[in-house]
Amino acid sequence: MESINAKYVSQKISKSRWRPVSHSSLQQADIFATGSWDNEDNKISFWSIGSHGSSGVEDGFEGDPQLLCEHKHDGDVLDLQFLDQDRIVTASSTGAVTIFRHHQNSQTISVSQQWARAHRYPSDNAPCTGVVCSSPEIVTVGEDGRIIVFRADQEGVIRVIDNADSSTIHAVTYLRTTEILTVNSIGQLKLWDLRQQSNSPSQILSLSGDRVPLHCVDRHPNQQHIVATGGQDGMLCVWDVRQGSTPFSLMEAHSAEMWEVHFHPTNPDHLFTCSEDGSLLHWETSSQSDIPSFLQGGRNSSMTSRSAMAPAGGNQSLINAWLSGDSSKGRLETTHMLPSQTLSVNSLDVLGQCLVCGTDGEAIFVNRQVPV
Amino acid sequence: MEEVDVEPAVTNIPAASSGTHLGFAWGPGDILVYETLYKCHSFITSRLEFPGTGSGDIHEVRKDEDIYSPILRKLFNESHHIFVGLQTIREDLPSKNKKPQFVSISKNYRSVIRACMEELQQVLQKWQCNMETRYVSILLAIELIWNLCEVLFIDAAPAGSLLLHLLDWVRLHKADVDEKAREVLQSESPAEHRDYWDVVGAAYVLQGRLEEARQMLVKQATLQPAARKMYKQMDTLLSKMPFYNPGGTQTLTEFDVKWRHWHEEVDRCLQDNSFASNKHLELICKILVGDEDTLLEHKDLLSTWYHFLVTRLLFCHPTVKPTELHYYAQSCLTMFLDSRSVPEPLDSILLAAFEFDIHQVIKDCSIALNNWWFVAHLTDLLDHCKLLQSHNLHFGSNLREFLLLEYASGLFTHHSLWQLAVDYFDHCPEFGRVYLELQIERVPLDTERKALKVLRICEQRQMSEQVRSICKIMAMRALRNNRLGSALSWSIRAKDAAFATLISERFLQDYCARGTFSDLDLIDNLGPAMLLSDRLTFLGKYREFHKLYGEKRFREASKLLLSLMTAKIAPRSFWMTLLTDALPLLEQKEVSHHIVRYAVYGLLLSNIKKTSKYSYLRSCNQRIFGFFSGKNNIKDVLII
Repeated sequence: MESINAKYVSQKISKSRWRPVSHSSLQQADIFATGSWDNEDNKISFWSIGSHGSSGVEDGFEGDPQLLCEHKHDGDVLDLQFLDQDRIVTASSTGAVTIFRHHQNSQTISVSQQWARAHRYPSDNAPCTGVVCSSPEIVTVGEDGRIIVFRADQEGVIRVIDNADSSTIHAVTYLRTTEILTVNSIGQLKLWDLRQQSNSPSQILSLSGDRVPLHCVDRHPNQQHIVATGGQDGMLCVWDVRQGSTPFSLMEAHSAEMWEVHFHPTNPDHLFTCSEDGSLLHWETSSQSDIPSFLQGGRNSSMTSRSAMAPAGGNQSLINAWLSGDSSKGRLETTHMLPSQTLSVNSLDVLGQCLVCGTDGEAIFVNRQVPV
Repeated sequence: MEEVDVEPAVTNIPAASSGTHLGFAWGPGDILVYETLYKCHSFITSRLEFPGTGSGDIHEVRKDEDIYSPILRKLFNESHHIFVGLQTIREDLPSKNKKPQFVSISKNYRSVIRACMEELQQVLQKWQCNMETRYVSILLAIELIWNLCEVLFIDAAPAGSLLLHLLDWVRLHKADVDEKAREVLQSESPAEHRDYWDVVGAAYVLQGRLEEARQMLVKQATLQPAARKMYKQMDTLLSKMPFYNPGGTQTLTEFDVKWRHWHEEVDRCLQDNSFASNKHLELICKILVGDEDTLLEHKDLLSTWYHFLVTRLLFCHPTVKPTELHYYAQSCLTMFLDSRSVPEPLDSILLAAFEFDIHQVIKDCSIALNNWWFVAHLTDLLDHCKLLQSHNLHFGSNLREFLLLEYASGLFTHHSLWQLAVDYFDHCPEFGRVYLELQIERVPLDTERKALKVLRICEQRQMSEQVRSICKIMAMRALRNNRLGSALSWSIRAKDAAFATLISERFLQDYCARGTFSDLDLIDNLGPAMLLSDRLTFLGKYREFHKLYGEKRFREASKLLLSLMTAKIAPRSFWMTLLTDALPLLEQKEVSHHIVRYAVYGLLLSNIKKTSKYSYLRSCNQRIFGFFSGKNNIKDVLII
């Protein structure tokens, strides 16, 4: 793996996301957006790597990200997602949800739409902690325990689930087109069916044992019932939402809060996690069986993997590699991707062979040759 | 008090009119100043001046502006990375293995400074703003000083290689030579360019770059075939100048002998007037022989006294020893500067370095610079090289720790860079922890995410008091906004039983007021957190009782109710509610009456005992007896 270089950007990066590439073109990822936090003036910025843009290889290092444009952002950027090729949605610590449009020709950014106090307390602002979108629908969650559904280009709010949670909802993801999954700070996963009118979740899953807050969640790209979460104690949990209410496998991943977990979008045998302890781990399952990518995950000598129970009567061919079972048939490998001693890695995103992450040390790392 | 080293700088507060009486208060990195209502006594006219206007403004006076510069921030972040790496070098390695490591760390620091400087220059060129011009010159000076300290202190080159290092040092900081040379070479006819002789004569020869000088001379030689013999002679002289090779087999003495031979040869050429017909070549010859007056005539080409020093050493004393440096340095400084001009702070710092007075260097730099960054990192590196004598300062810590604490405290006042400061405090063994404890509580916590990061820092260092206070702040805030789940999760993190009790009380109050529980998702799923406080356990169990009742499992419900009553974890205020809940159970056939009867009896009795008034006791007793014998309704009993 080539060595990974840091680009210092004078702002603490809270989120970094690749711009989606259209599936038809075989383009590599080349533009990413970042959001900053803890500054008096926070910003969202667009960056380019590779041959995009006018600047050549003057710096000597080809992959050095170049700043394309940036825009002021009110409040910390707590979450950021691409709505489509040109627009991003941000979740702010002031409770606002904003859509920004990136104008590629002039390399400028403008505010396309904003819902100023989407998340709020009766007498104060409540930070909006997570946003997920499936254009044109946008779902946001916040510290006020509310789930709000918006539609881009429509002024008002489509739906609000008040008091969806008595604690802070940290992250949200789509399970199916009409179902979302949220994680909160008392260690619960909640499934919500947006077609139902009721304001209660259709299912609640949690770890037996300590109620450790969960910070991030991601769904397996192909298997919609497999979900990975990371929490305050740095444990990586993989759940099967159809079966039972406890996770299938727990792995000790980090020594501090895990901020983000991502399955690789096209190669889901690979998983990436990043944490407050300054490490970014690349998890890879490998199997010797011919069942493609669905295999019992195993144990690595340096990782302990505790499985709650074997899948009860499930169809063997649909058992995912991440759900551990018979350890003799597979291996789980983990590699650190960053030089040691960085401050907290707050965010990561992976697309194709490119990985970008941002840290509290005000550095962005880009790796263009991730072995997947 | 100690005497001051320099006069304190005066800062005018523009908004406050002169002569007003000002009050002030110290902050961690700044001073708050305000106009008072008092009259100001004037010493000049010795009568009371006009009273202050007492305007309501508060002025914030901040000494260190540098940490707010976006480009300098990169310097702070990158050097933090290097600093942390330096601290983790193992102590038990023998010192000869560590020196190359220290030198490479020093080079790392310098490359960071250079990168910052280059970026600043690019920005200045692009935007042409004046704000950050002074940073460029400061960074240049810093790099110059650091480089010299690396050569003299860290690398500690002995005689012979010392001069070579000093030559490199000078060449690195006089980059305009290459620019001029490029200009000359790219012109139509380089040999006739007006700067040609400056480049050859001054720039290259003065810096000891004789190979390049020879190449340039060739161009001139081809133009003047008549003087070929003279050029050939000069070329020979230039090529034969010996340079010491540290890795080679030649000893210093042998080199010295060889060099003296060469020097005599050059002198002979001068005496023979071999170059008399060409004043340029004559000039070069004089430089080669180290003639002071010639060198001083070309002050503009040398531009600095330390360039003059190194050139002079190159052509007069190439085997100079480190201990002899300061004689030459002092004399060069005096010769170079006119009698009118005053040495600048940079000059005295460099002079102190040549005198190997590390403490003086650090002291002068501390005074001259606005920000503690440079002295803190340099002192830390020198301390690792074991070059600082550990004399304690009056307040107990040593110099390195003092400077690091000052630097880190400055960082902590920044809204964003406070995270870097934590690592600096970690590596100050004596006072670092105390400073961190005091500072970390003052970080404003706007979002939960920031609070989590601060908490993690405190937990990793076992600062349990700070953990408790932060969790309490966040829990109170959550409680005020009616986020009971969040409040509970914060009190679980702090293992704060008292707060958990408070939250449970809130739930129970809500229940009493509304008749139903709020936030069932929380109470139903408390898990082991229930054990954190008695009240919380009661809450969880009480909810379970309700669930059992709702599922019509009356026997288990009544057993649970019984255990709740007898376990003494029920709050006083809730006993009435418990008893009221017992009522419908009595009407269920499956529930064995005597269980409930005993429970009710026990509860009432324990309540009555506290009042212990005999008449009261008797009436209660009668009523209870009446109930159990079926005469009275339980509602009559309950009017206690």
